Amino acid sequence: MSQGTRPPLTGRLIFESGTPESRCVTPPEPDVPDVDMDAALGGMLRREAPALPHVTEVEIARHYERLASANFGVDTGFYPLGSCTMKYNPKIDEWACRLDGFADAHPYQPEVTVQGLLHLMYDLQSALGEVSGLPAVSLQPAAGAHGELTGLMVIRAYHVAMGDARKRVIIPDSAHGTNPATVAMCGYEVTQVPSDARGGVDLDGLRAALGPDVAAIMLTNPNTLGLFDENICAITQLVHEAGALAYCDGANLNAIMGHARPGDLGFDVMHINLHKTFATPHGGGGPGAGPVCVAPALAEFLPSPVVVRDGEGEYHLHTPEKTIGRVRSFLGNVGVLVRAYSYIRALGGDGLKDVSEQAVLSANYLAQRLRGEYELPYDRRCMHEFVLSAERQRKEHGVRTLDIAKRLLDYGIHPPTVYFPLIVHEAMMIEPTETESLETLDRFADVMLAIAEEAKSDPEMLHGAPYSTPVRRLDEARAAREPDLAWKPMRDGAL
Amino acid sequence: MYPADLRYDKEHEWVKVDGDVATIGISDFAQEQLGEVVYVDLPSVGDPVTRGESFGEIESVKSVSELFAPVSGEVVEVNPELQDTPEVINQDSYGVGWMIKVKMSDPGELDELMTAKDYESFVAQEA
Amino acid sequence: MRFIPVTCEQQESMLRAIGARDIDELFEDIPKSVRLKTGVSLARGLSEIELAAELEALSAENATHLVSFLGGGCYDHYIPAIVDAVVSKPAFFTAYTPYQPEVSQGTLQATYEYQSMVCALTGMDVANASVYDGATALVEAALMAARVTKRHSVVVSEGVHPEWRDVLRTYAASGAISVVECPAPDGCIDLDALRSSVVDAAAVLVSCPSFLGTVEDLASVGEIAHEAGALCVVSADPVLLGIMEPPSSFGADIVVGEGQSLGNPMSYGGPGLGLFACRQEFLRQMPGRIVGRTVDVDGRPGFVLTMQTREQHIRRERATSNICSNHSLNAIAAGVYLAAVGQEGLAGIASACVAKAHYLHDALVRTGAFSPANGRPFGYEFALRYEGDVRAMQEALLDRGYLAGLDLSRFGERYSGMVLFAVTEKRTRAQMDAFVEEVVSL
Repeated sequence: MSQGTRPPLTGRLIFESGTPESRCVTPPEPDVPDVDMDAALGGMLRREAPALPHVTEVEIARHYERLASANFGVDTGFYPLGSCTMKYNPKIDEWACRLDGFADAHPYQPEVTVQGLLHLMYDLQSALGEVSGLPAVSLQPAAGAHGELTGLMVIRAYHVAMGDARKRVIIPDSAHGTNPATVAMCGYEVTQVPSDARGGVDLDGLRAALGPDVAAIMLTNPNTLGLFDENICAITQLVHEAGALAYCDGANLNAIMGHARPGDLGFDVMHINLHKTFATPHGGGGPGAGPVCVAPALAEFLPSPVVVRDGEGEYHLHTPEKTIGRVRSFLGNVGVLVRAYSYIRALGGDGLKDVSEQAVLSANYLAQRLRGEYELPYDRRCMHEFVLSAERQRKEHGVRTLDIAKRLLDYGIHPPTVYFPLIVHEAMMIEPTETESLETLDRFADVMLAIAEEAKSDPEMLHGAPYSTPVRRLDEARAAREPDLAWKPMRDGAL
Repeated sequence: MYPADLRYDKEHEWVKVDGDVATIGISDFAQEQLGEVVYVDLPSVGDPVTRGESFGEIESVKSVSELFAPVSGEVVEVNPELQDTPEVINQDSYGVGWMIKVKMSDPGELDELMTAKDYESFVAQEA
Repeated sequence: MRFIPVTCEQQESMLRAIGARDIDELFEDIPKSVRLKTGVSLARGLSEIELAAELEALSAENATHLVSFLGGGCYDHYIPAIVDAVVSKPAFFTAYTPYQPEVSQGTLQATYEYQSMVCALTGMDVANASVYDGATALVEAALMAARVTKRHSVVVSEGVHPEWRDVLRTYAASGAISVVECPAPDGCIDLDALRSSVVDAAAVLVSCPSFLGTVEDLASVGEIAHEAGALCVVSADPVLLGIMEPPSSFGADIVVGEGQSLGNPMSYGGPGLGLFACRQEFLRQMPGRIVGRTVDVDGRPGFVLTMQTREQHIRRERATSNICSNHSLNAIAAGVYLAAVGQEGLAGIASACVAKAHYLHDALVRTGAFSPANGRPFGYEFALRYEGDVRAMQEALLDRGYLAGLDLSRFGERYSGMVLFAVTEKRTRAQMDAFVEEVVSL
């Protein structure tokens, strides 16, 4: 990384730019009579102005350009962050969501004035229903974790309607942290089941865990090890025999899209992370969207509203009969949903199948190239991602996964997901996605092998990495011990 | 690394006995495993603690672990240093990094704890 | 292939490298009985030209150039051009959660600045990096108050947005909290009713301004809540905070709000921006991501995600929330917006909204067709009672190019005949005068 043309990163805050006289946007000239603001606001007129910046537009532009240049995104380079599906975000989708018919629509406009938007949402519901094999769809959840919660609430409502909410939800030990957190938030207890030697759910463990008080199992399939559970049909059957429902965490749908549908595997409910599988941008952590797809028997429990089409071909917002209620305001993250629709229309059914094929092929190719130098704890064919371990590097050279991750930054590559799943020591979870060229994959493999060599020849150097990034390793302990979470004018200097 | 005058339990707490009062902290092995300690949540004076049950939490940057009481009784003193400088646990886990003092209700529980030697071999197995 | 750079020839060589016959072999772990033979049945993919045409046609089927007086939790404020210029930078929008701070300083610093601005607006000590929207922020505040006070029930004012209360009930169905609704006849909570329902409550949840636009007596609410040992949770309007005394001055313990107004398009109601701020003493019970300032190994200032032990990836089922993201890009947009308008600009925009809303309010009442639904002070949103048939009135005005407010009867019988009007700085006197003339001509 060249430091030459990049604006230097100084930690200087927007509050510390400009002068008290600096202005960017000014309000329009008043065109109505003044009102007595204090009286209008019931005597609650603000006594002291909020400490907001004073800057001109050019200072804002340069400030954020400087910040942007210190950020790494998919457009910057390879981003094999496992379980996050950091695929390329098509620019047409960005254009689409900004069209005024979508961006400027108000959620309480009469339905007749937003038929195009509702039509799009309806078609998106249908497409997600088709891809998942679970035809009833709610677009409301704002994120994957929000979808999990919504799905589990639907399951709870179903059991309550059957006469007993039940008490427990089963989760494998390889599960993402949101799964147990969601279970707790939904008022259930977590029962963890172990993984078997091949990385799947241990069937005996599952049988032992099942009982009449189990409401559901939450499974990610392919799981967080990047492995498809071959026993999936047996698992969902066992779950159903116990009167429980099967929830699919759709985080890894990119691996099987067009090849298998969770509904056909016996799942009753799933959420889909549109910001993963359907290429909507991650936005630095959000907004995403986590639509929930359910089997027909659960359709009446979905959150309100869903989009329906009447006999005349007109679209309406509809409240399902036994709805769990709303899980957020309004219809959903429409700006994200439009992008996902655009992506699905660009690829079509065949294109989506191509996506999962290439995603799986690329992951297997990388696993093959790296398995010599790094341990591959579950040595079998993977799906769209795989988990390596740096246990050998740790034992032999004192080099940890964190060191390898930080060193990758010096090579201009974003590290994989590290230290997850928890059941693999020194884990590195690598998901190349389908949108990377063979050249990029090969370069990544070459760099990983070079770092393995560095671990042998110069482990000390790896402990100090990265060296070429805008800042180097940060003192996270200090951040947690002495929280500095907001700039305050009193403390940091007057405006 | 494991002072001989202390007793230890399998959850890596140590106990130092002075009459019927037990001073409790975590072992050097435990602080090493945790990494940089950033926060400790401890009970208040007067709270009861029960052997084998959680009496608080200790956090590093990316982990949180429960603290388990090696003996039962009532908390009579809490180390005030730890609120602002939890890092002393890393620096001196047997000294200034002590956590709570407990007036024991059943000193017989001490017999169930390990000696330094036993604890050392226990740790060797765990590692 | 669209967005797939690997060629067919390269695919063959990759298959050879991994020792697979063909692509199908890679999917052999999927039981044969459930494997799709021909993929999913969706229409063929479109070229970008075809796709753009289809999307433009769908966009054109929405009427978004009407003169709008709609609010109710989503507002048509002006968005300065600089906002989209910043959030359109791929380095911001194609990044993920800043797990690797060395290459995420842009997102992290922008978020720290956003948190600082939320603190400045609300008067609170700490703010998180945002949650999904105002409604879920309110729910998270209720759950947090239950953790802090170790109590179970929350009292929510009926002056809180009906959809937000619906969300609160949905979450409460899991048993984590129970919800008591407190009457708010004019939008403002009935203080006597509050006194009798607040016993043993974890929190009192109010909205100021209320769903009906009216200004709440926060000082009394805070006092009653605290006397009962409950936390005071206030949902505030971030634009009005440019000229309104912050909730912190009235004893609020947690302040939440919908931040869409700060530089984010309405987008049919989502994505929104869940503002969330609280007092320092409750920091460890706060849900969601938090960015903190620190230094790197060379002593240079930098930013990291911090206080992570509260979160699901570490604490799993004992986490403060299951939230695993934030509305980061919306938060950055809000930060750019607030930097662009500054304190004077925000005050000016808020004052313009209030002045215009009062202008329209008085003009509509003067027509005789409308009467005030309550006599309470309001910000830039107000409820009026319409003498005739609301639906017919709105349809007639729609034909003439107006979104004539929100028919409140959708939220229940009790609101029958009431219309909620919102007026932002984008509405001009000329538009309002023309609108009033149309009302008169009905």
